[in-house]
Amino acid sequence: MPAPTIDPATFDALKEATGAEFALELVDTFLQEAPAMLAELRRSLAAQDADNFRRTAHSLKSNGNTFGALALGELARDLELTGAAKVGARGGEPLAALEAEYARVAAALAVLRHG
Amino acid sequence: MADLRSGPARLLVVDDNKVNRLLLTRSLELQGHRVATAENGRVALEMMRREPFDLLLLDIEMPEMDGFQVLEQLGRDLQLRDLPVIVTSTLEGVENVVRCIELGAEDYLNKPVNPGLLKARIGASLEKKRLRDQQKEFVRRFATSEVAQDLQDSGFALGGKRVNATVMFTDIRGFTTLAETLPPEETIELLNTYYTLMFDAVSGHGGIVSLIIGDGLMVIFGAPLPLANHCECAVRSALEMIETIELFNLERDAAGKPRIRIGIGIASGEMVAGYAGTNERATYTCIGDTVNLASRLEAHTKVAQRPILIDGVTRAALGETLAVEALGTVPIRGKLVAVDVFSVTVPQPR
Repeated sequence: MPAPTIDPATFDALKEATGAEFALELVDTFLQEAPAMLAELRRSLAAQDADNFRRTAHSLKSNGNTFGALALGELARDLELTGAAKVGARGGEPLAALEAEYARVAAALAVLRHG
Repeated sequence: MADLRSGPARLLVVDDNKVNRLLLTRSLELQGHRVATAENGRVALEMMRREPFDLLLLDIEMPEMDGFQVLEQLGRDLQLRDLPVIVTSTLEGVENVVRCIELGAEDYLNKPVNPGLLKARIGASLEKKRLRDQQKEFVRRFATSEVAQDLQDSGFALGGKRVNATVMFTDIRGFTTLAETLPPEETIELLNTYYTLMFDAVSGHGGIVSLIIGDGLMVIFGAPLPLANHCECAVRSALEMIETIELFNLERDAAGKPRIRIGIGIASGEMVAGYAGTNERATYTCIGDTVNLASRLEAHTKVAQRPILIDGVTRAALGETLAVEALGTVPIRGKLVAVDVFSVTVPQPR
């Protein structure tokens, strides 16, 4: 069985620790912020701006782990460690994988948000 | 006694990621703390230099100025170096975590931060800070801030090191006679006013008061912290003392009280500076020939009828910056050969 897009135990722990209402607001903030982060990954990959690429991947990793989006966190960590040069050399394929995972995470979070 | 761990503290959260900032702020506010946020290291440093914080929660990966740079800047900042820092990040590689700790971070927490762990670590850091602040306050009361700093940096150890510095002795002329004519309460009051004036003149020129003996003071310029022009600083401090006492005397004249006069002896050169005493009770002081000479010069002001006497080394360091009168060689008790003595000319009040 593949890992769930959002790990329920992590997400429940977040709600437990911060309050359900706050956790859902935080989801909103993430959904607002994440597209700009993905765009920044694309931009810094194209520009081979290694620092910004690493930093942005690092932020996405941390946010993914916060919400239990463990696969997203893992893909972001992979980008962080691989670096803009090697990701570029692989035709941006690891970034495309992360973008696809983000689409699944965004959909799953939207369900949690309104479910 | 209040529980040190329970009071609200003022915390600064530094993170470039909005979700992280909101989440950490929420956790801390739920624990009863007051929280401010900054989105990078540069903004954080500006805030810390503007308003006091009890603790910093610092991310490492940030644009403009990252967490490592913040830790480096804090370490160099005398006002901020004691601020506890807890790094919260998802750093790859243990060497980066080690680097945080080596740069002075008190603790490292992996993100997402477990709230229970966060609470415990913050409580421990804040309590340590409060104990440190309390200790520093005690040290400050009985030592100068320079000695307090030296104690903090190097720790306490009896024994000394050789330094090149200037020593000054001051004394109120005829104080014993004066004290006999005054009620003891008035004597204490006079002494306290006198100390306040003298201490201002000392610290204003980078000196530290090493000893207070009755109405006499022993002052060091150039230790424990080096002072570039310690000779001139000491002489300018002496001139300020004379000037201040002159103003004080105008007040005493008006109140119909007797004037006080002071004598000052200054000598420069190599000496051993450090903590002398026992492990239970010690003072920061200097020992050596130079120190004895300064003391003798102070005593000699009575004979020479000049308020400020300095030795040849101090004289040479002054160059032409201040008016000095050579008094020739004077036999000094404890010295095999007579020494050159100079009097610093006190400018006449206009």
